[in-house]
Amino acid sequence: MTRYILQRLALLPLLMVIYSFVIFVIIQAPPGDFLTAYVATLASSGSSISQEQIEAWRAQYGLDQPMIVQYWLWVKHLAHGNFGLSLEYQRPNAELIGEQIGLTLALALFSFFLTWAIAIPAGIYSATHPRSIGDHILTVVNYVGVATPNFMLALILMWVAFAYFDVSVTGLYSPEYADAPWSWGKFLDLMAHLWLPALVLGIAGTARLSRIMRANLLDELNKPYVVTARAKGMKEWRLVLRYPVRLAFNPLISTIGWYLPMLFSGSLIVATVMNLPNIGPLLLRALVNQDMYLAGGILLIYSFLTIVGTLLSDVLLALVDPRIRVEG
Amino acid sequence: MTAADIAVGKEAEDRIAVASNWKLVWWRFRRHHLAMASAVLLIFMYTIVLVPDFFSTQDPERTDARQAFIPVQTVHLFDDGALSPWVPAIAGKRNPTTLRMEWTTDPKKKVPITFFGTGYKWKVFGLFETNRHLIVPVDPNQRIFLLGSDRLGRDQWSRIMHGTQTSMTVGLVAVALSVILGVVLGGISGYVGGKTDSFIQRLIELLQSVPTIPIWLALSAALPRDWTPTQIFFAITVILSLVGWTTLGREVRGRFLALREEDFVLAARLAGCSRMRIILRHMVPTFLSHIIATSSLAIPVMIINETSLSFLGLGIRPPAISWGVLLQEAQNIQTLALAPWLLIPGLVVIVAVLAFNLVGDGLRDAADPYSH
Repeated sequence: MTRYILQRLALLPLLMVIYSFVIFVIIQAPPGDFLTAYVATLASSGSSISQEQIEAWRAQYGLDQPMIVQYWLWVKHLAHGNFGLSLEYQRPNAELIGEQIGLTLALALFSFFLTWAIAIPAGIYSATHPRSIGDHILTVVNYVGVATPNFMLALILMWVAFAYFDVSVTGLYSPEYADAPWSWGKFLDLMAHLWLPALVLGIAGTARLSRIMRANLLDELNKPYVVTARAKGMKEWRLVLRYPVRLAFNPLISTIGWYLPMLFSGSLIVATVMNLPNIGPLLLRALVNQDMYLAGGILLIYSFLTIVGTLLSDVLLALVDPRIRVEG
Repeated sequence: MTAADIAVGKEAEDRIAVASNWKLVWWRFRRHHLAMASAVLLIFMYTIVLVPDFFSTQDPERTDARQAFIPVQTVHLFDDGALSPWVPAIAGKRNPTTLRMEWTTDPKKKVPITFFGTGYKWKVFGLFETNRHLIVPVDPNQRIFLLGSDRLGRDQWSRIMHGTQTSMTVGLVAVALSVILGVVLGGISGYVGGKTDSFIQRLIELLQSVPTIPIWLALSAALPRDWTPTQIFFAITVILSLVGWTTLGREVRGRFLALREEDFVLAARLAGCSRMRIILRHMVPTFLSHIIATSSLAIPVMIINETSLSFLGLGIRPPAISWGVLLQEAQNIQTLALAPWLLIPGLVVIVAVLAFNLVGDGLRDAADPYSH
């Protein structure tokens, strides 16, 4: 088991190197570099910079070098934890990302737990009451949930809250807590705001997971051991929860591999629409303004989270399913 | 059971025994009523894709700032019990405090409309000119807004028709590209095996662990600003199918691995068939229906992705019209409170995705020979 985990961990640096190269190629692909964009912004605001100053900057950032050298410089700095300087914000990128990475993770993980907390009971109910009214209602909700884009759901909720209840559901804190230091009150306030975006983010996943749970459990419930246990007089809810539900879990665990990464990258859209402090909107701005090292840094973090999510699910699956452990 | 019943049963059995695989799939699919209804809806939507101008009431680009945020004018078919279609007229009043025009519909004043009347000129498939439209006002100087207008006074109904053309085509083309890539690369991987196989498998693993939305955004941001809408359109479909093919590639490889050892493949090889012929004539048809079902479930995912990218401003860009571009108008909550009909393109997305999912599920069940 340890060997298996170590093997997977050893692959991580290699993957990160490949990703960092691909990301670098993408972020420096747009014509011009961030200095051209920056100079244009400065020029439009009235201040002018001498040609020598631009050249000096260009040399300082290594922008006059060929791409591969630039890449090497970037990676070398990254290895020292230096994500570069954001030209738009005039602050270190590491600081900008650091401020928001915590809430990005919080949103995705909270959404993940919310999904499981809703999907599993719903799946169990649907499977134990097949073709009942409740099952049909859940099926309809599931289909609509999968078909609704995240941002659309966010828009509808924000509109309803604004137009009919006159409340604003954007942001993660009430105004009085926005700049306050961490306290119990601020935490409670965060939780009161976090559940709605987490639900919006998780709705499609919830729908899919509960469908999977329902199908798996239905397969299990028809097996002879269930009939035997029932014939021996075992209480129904105890029987269901004790054996078939546990077996129906395995395929669900393998969904973590795609679901966690999906939440990380999906949070980008929800956070942008609902105006949440998150690295998603930061990335969007950085891409539009060609703040290339900030965009590159954030993309690398997304890749890292994605790989870790996949790794986590493989390890969990190996822990739960002995067959994989033996083969691995 | 009478003799006649037995004869009918026997006849049905004979019919099944001689029916081709496609016929069996069709018979099973026909039994899914929801899937059938969705299929009809999708056929209708693809009719709109072919001739969006015919379904439009006015030029989707026509702006008029004085007619901004006009509410939905519902179509009424009957007037006093007689068949004479009309829409209520609009009445504008300037709000004294905000100085903004506020429009209401006035059902007492009727604007007569007609079906298959004449309106603005358009070209059928870019070939011959016509000015026929499905719905037009009787008075050609009148403008009607069946689904309201946006902040520039553009007709949302006509814009949705044109958005349907773009968005539904993106889904179809992106999936077609994914299928080609998936079948070719997955097929090579499964049939050739060895080093090629492990290389393609690593590539698939690499692509599957890409954080999709951020990378798509970065790629679309890297597209040159001076590209034409058509070039952007194709670039976006390629970007979307870049990750889309991997799932299918895996499945196809799995099928090839399983089929490679089958007797009929060996027989074909002994009979001297070329490798290409074995793959295309003997192996692919055995799982073609499965591929079709999988890809029809991939189209809605592509549509949602395109809509999301365009909504964020990094997908299809104006002046091109897609559902995502239309929803950009609904980004501001204050605007939305004023003009909730701007959310209608989102409902169209949901309905289209729902229909694709239902058809896909129906096809998947119908294509599975072991389902009953």
